[in-house]
Amino acid sequence: MTLARCLFGTAAAWLGFLAFGSILRLIQGPTDADRAVALDTMNSLVISIMILLSAAFDSILLVDLAIVYCGLSFVATMYLGRYIERRSR
Amino acid sequence: MSWMMYVLIIPFAVLSMIVNTLGVISLYRFKDVYMRMHGATKCSTLGAIFASLSVIVYAVVQLCSGGGVRFTVLIIHIVLALFGLLIGNSTSAHVLSRAAYRSGILPKFAVIDEYAEFSKKELAEELADAEAKNEEVE
Repeated sequence: MTLARCLFGTAAAWLGFLAFGSILRLIQGPTDADRAVALDTMNSLVISIMILLSAAFDSILLVDLAIVYCGLSFVATMYLGRYIERRSR
Repeated sequence: MSWMMYVLIIPFAVLSMIVNTLGVISLYRFKDVYMRMHGATKCSTLGAIFASLSVIVYAVVQLCSGGGVRFTVLIIHIVLALFGLLIGNSTSAHVLSRAAYRSGILPKFAVIDEYAEFSKKELAEELADAEAKNEEVE
């Protein structure tokens, strides 16, 4: 049982490292659309991290946070898309 | 009997790590916005599915060995979050690709562009609508 929790913690740590990798693309992306794609990838990585950590730390609160974060990141990406689309005209 | 669940949990967690790694690598190795979107969206969605599956298997095993009601709540909430993630990721990829096309970024290695005429027609209709609204306001 403790081993499973350690496994989830390790997976969450590796996904956090990957989130930093996508932040680098967010900084150096040549166009705005690249930055938006990197932000979208980072959001779904953070949701996976929250689901894994909820099992590792044995708390249901983190999964509720993941649901709310999912909806918020969806709305944020919609607005980013509208912004990128409008700015070109 | 308790070690049986690791047969499912470890492959799911490792697959989630591998697939997410491929998605982030694709952010760096591909040349174009559309290619990057293709790699990153698919791989992060699949990685989230595998991560949730490993946690769901863990929760089901805990539930069957007398864990209590909280693991049922955990399973239901994880399924809800996964559902929201599936719908949100695909929709946001669609919106971002449309926005990227309309902001003037064309696919680098594409040979044929069938969306161009359709996009022009759509843009003209939207501009006409906006002008009509402006006249109404004035």
